Amino acid sequence: MATRAQATPQTNSERNTRALLALIVGWIIPGGGHLLQRRWLRGALIFIAITTLFFTGLAMGGKIYSLNTGELLDMLGFVGDLGAAGLYALARIAGWGDVAVQVVTADYGTKFIVVAGLLNIVAAVDAHGIAMGKKA
Amino acid sequence: MMHLSHLSAVLLFSLCVSVVFGITQRTTPREMVRYGLFCFVLFVVGAIVAGWVMFLIRH
Repeated sequence: MATRAQATPQTNSERNTRALLALIVGWIIPGGGHLLQRRWLRGALIFIAITTLFFTGLAMGGKIYSLNTGELLDMLGFVGDLGAAGLYALARIAGWGDVAVQVVTADYGTKFIVVAGLLNIVAAVDAHGIAMGKKA
Repeated sequence: MMHLSHLSAVLLFSLCVSVVFGITQRTTPREMVRYGLFCFVLFVVGAIVAGWVMFLIRH
């Protein structure tokens, strides 16, 4: 009984650590949280879907928001973009998306990029749930 | 710069979002595929209907 009581908190601690790791990796790399847990197909599909949305947005002339204290919508756009942390960092380092939106397709592209970030948050939270045993 | 038509932008957006929704919002593979397809159809049909509604309001 004592052994079981000692083993359970350690198992929970390991599981929490693994879940946190899945969340962080999933936040930085789209689908990374799923790949970490050997959900290969799910991870690959999420990676393809989110990176396709992100890079199509960039190719359409979409804008990458930067940290600002100006307009509320710009701040929300920044939060959305930051949802895909790895892709956001890559874009900032490479200087992609540092443009003024002038045409309609570029506005669509900006939305594509924001939605890619928001979807990545959903995927990372899902990976966390899998690691916690809430989902198969 | 890439110039997508409205329809192709809708199709691409719907496909990518539906894949992620399907995987994250359901548990079994069969349910994931069904929900992904449901979302895709809903996005595309919704966009087309909204487009027609805006057209009729304008005219």
